[in-house]
Amino acid sequence: MTEPHKAEQPRRDGGLGRDLNARLQGIDPLGWALTLTIAVLAFLYPFYVEFLQDVPLIGDFIPGVGSMVVMLVFTVMAVGLNIVVGYAGLLDLGYVAFYAAGAYMAAWLASQQFEQWHFHLGSVGISKELSGLHLSIWIVVVLAGVFTTAVGILIGLPTLRLRGDYLAIVTLGFGEIIPQFVRNGDNVFGFDLTHGTFGISPIDSPGFGKTLSDATNELLPLSYQQSFDRARWFFWTAVVLLLITVFCSVRLRDSRLGRAWIAIREDETAAAAMGIPLMRTKTWAYAIGAFFGGVAGAFYASFKAGAFPADFYFNISVFLLCMVILGGLGSVWGVIVGGMVLGYLNVEGLATIGTKLQQDAGLNFEPSKYQFGIYGLIIVVMMLFRPTGLISERRHKREIEEGVQDESLYGTSK
Amino acid sequence: MSAADDILTASDVRKEFGGLVAVNDVDFSVPRGAIVSLIGPNGAGKTTFFNMLTGVYKPTGGRIEFADIDVTGKPPHAITELGVGRTFQNIRLFQHMTALENVLVGMHARLSSGIIGSILRTPGVRREERGARERARELLRYSGLRGRDDELARNLPYGDQRRLEVARALATEPKLLLLDEPTAGMNPRETAAFTDFVGKLRAEQELSILMIEHDMKVVMGISDRVTVLDYGEKIAEGSPTEVQRDERVIEAYLGAGAASA
Repeated sequence: MTEPHKAEQPRRDGGLGRDLNARLQGIDPLGWALTLTIAVLAFLYPFYVEFLQDVPLIGDFIPGVGSMVVMLVFTVMAVGLNIVVGYAGLLDLGYVAFYAAGAYMAAWLASQQFEQWHFHLGSVGISKELSGLHLSIWIVVVLAGVFTTAVGILIGLPTLRLRGDYLAIVTLGFGEIIPQFVRNGDNVFGFDLTHGTFGISPIDSPGFGKTLSDATNELLPLSYQQSFDRARWFFWTAVVLLLITVFCSVRLRDSRLGRAWIAIREDETAAAAMGIPLMRTKTWAYAIGAFFGGVAGAFYASFKAGAFPADFYFNISVFLLCMVILGGLGSVWGVIVGGMVLGYLNVEGLATIGTKLQQDAGLNFEPSKYQFGIYGLIIVVMMLFRPTGLISERRHKREIEEGVQDESLYGTSK
Repeated sequence: MSAADDILTASDVRKEFGGLVAVNDVDFSVPRGAIVSLIGPNGAGKTTFFNMLTGVYKPTGGRIEFADIDVTGKPPHAITELGVGRTFQNIRLFQHMTALENVLVGMHARLSSGIIGSILRTPGVRREERGARERARELLRYSGLRGRDDELARNLPYGDQRRLEVARALATEPKLLLLDEPTAGMNPRETAAFTDFVGKLRAEQELSILMIEHDMKVVMGISDRVTVLDYGEKIAEGSPTEVQRDERVIEAYLGAGAASA
C-alpha cells in the first residue's frame, strides 16, 4: 500500500478517543495505580475491619470477613456474566447452571460422595484412608472451570443461533434444567450422582499442604479448614480469584476477540461480513463466562463445605444480572461495584438495616423478606435515572444516551 | 463454465421468497481486475443478488464460484475469509467504535490471536496487534480519512462514513470488493471524489470491483462492464455504451415505447 503523504498530522486531541486509545494500548498509569491501591486495601481488609466495625454509626454496616467471601464469589460470577451480557450482548438468564455445575464438580471430586472409589491427589487436612475422590481444591477449581466451559459450549452451540428474547428464554430453560437434574440426580439408573435434595457434604477445604506449611513455619496453613484464620484465608483466596477474573476480562475486552464481541453486539450482519464467525465468537463469550461461573461455584462449595440444590434457584441468575445492570453493562469496574453492593445487601446488609430499624426506630420491618422487591426497585430506579449503570462503559453510555436523544427528537434512524 | 480469468462466476442463480422470485436464474461473472456495475430499477433484485454472493442469503438454486471455489450457501464469514469484502447500501458501521476500531474489526479474519494468547498478551500477540494498528492507520489514510482514527464512526460526516466502510472492507484483504450503492446520498463533489477513489483502488490494488450503482455518470464513467437486472432477470450485459443503447434497458428504465420515441 503506497501512501504519498508521509508527514504525520498532529493527532487531533479528542478527549474521549485519546483516553480510549491509551486504555486499549494498556498504558494507563492512573488506572494501574488505582487498581494496585484497591488491591492492597482489599488484601489488608481483615486487619482493619475490626477497627471499622468500632466506628460509631457506620460500624454496624461493615461486613465481616466471612460475608466478604460470599460477596466476592458473587462478584466473580457477575464479572463472568458481564462477558456474556455486557461485551457480547447475549442475554443469559441461566447463568446459575454454571454456578451449580461448578459446585457439583467440587462435590464430586473432593468429598466422600463416591464411596465405592478411593483416590487422593493433593488432598489436605483429611485422612488418606478416607474413601471417595479427593483431589486438591486447586485442581478441582480449574477442572470445574474446564468442565463448565465444556457445558457452556454444549449448551451454547444449539442455543446461540437464537437472537434476543428467544435466547433469553432458552437459557432460562437450561438454568432450570440443571438444578432440577441435580435435585433428582440421586438415582440415575440406580447410581447416586448428586444425592438429591440432601446435597453433598462435607466438601474438602483448600490448603497449602504439609510441605509448604512446614517450610513457612505454618504461616501458610496446611488446610484452611483447620486454620484459626479460616475465613481470612478464604477471603484472600477470593480476592485473588476476583483479580484473576478481572484481569482476564479486561485483557479479553481489549483483544481481537473482544472487538469481535462488541462488533456482534452492535451489528451482527456487518460483523459477519467482516469475517467474524458469529456462532464461534458468541459461543466463546458464553463458554468463557461459564468458566468463571464454574470456578466461582467450586470455590464457593469448598467454602461452604457443601453443595445443596436449594442454592441454585433461578433467582441467582436474576440476582447476578441485577449486579451487572446496576454496575453498568460492559463496565468491569462498574460490575465489581454492583456485585459488591448487591452482594452486601443480600448477605447481611438488609438484615442489618432491619435490625437497626427495629432497635432504633422501633419499626417491625424486615427488609430481607422483601429482598427481591428491593433489588427490583433499585433496578427500576437505576433505569429511570442512570440507565448506563453506576460506572458506565463509555461505549454503552453513548449507545444509550445518544441513541435516546437522536431518535426521539428527530425521528431519524441511524 | 468458469473461465480461468473470472474471479467470480454465478450460474443459474435463483432466489425465491415464498412465491416471489427475486432473482431468476441469473448467469453472471466478474473478470479478474475489472470493475463491473450492476444496475437496474428499484426492486430489480440487485441487493438480493449481492446478499447471495456474500452468503447473507442462501440461493434457492444455482451455483456461485469465487476464485474457482464453490461458495454457494457458505456462511458470510467464510466467504469474507476467501476474499470477498463488501459495503452496505445503508451504512452499517459499528457506530460506537472509533474509525480505527472499525478497521481493526475488518481485519478479524486476517489476525490469529487466540484467547489464551490475548489474556497473557504474549509477544506474538503484541506484535500482531501493533502491526494491525499500523496497517489500520495506513488504510485510513489511504482511504482519505487522515486524522480521523480516533473519531467515533457515528460522528463522521456522511461521505467519510462511506469511505470508512470501504476502508473496513479493504481491511478484510479482499480480492473482490462489493460496493452496494456507494455514492447514494452523496453530493456531486463527494461523488466525483469517490469515483476517483474507486479508480485509484483498481489501479493500485489487485482488486476486482463489483458495484451496484444508480448514478449513471459513475457507472458509465468507470465500469468495464455493466449488467442490467430487471424483475430479477438479467436483461442486458456489455460495455457501458452497448448497454446504454440497448432497447430493453431503456424500456426497463423509462417504460415501453420510450425506445422508439
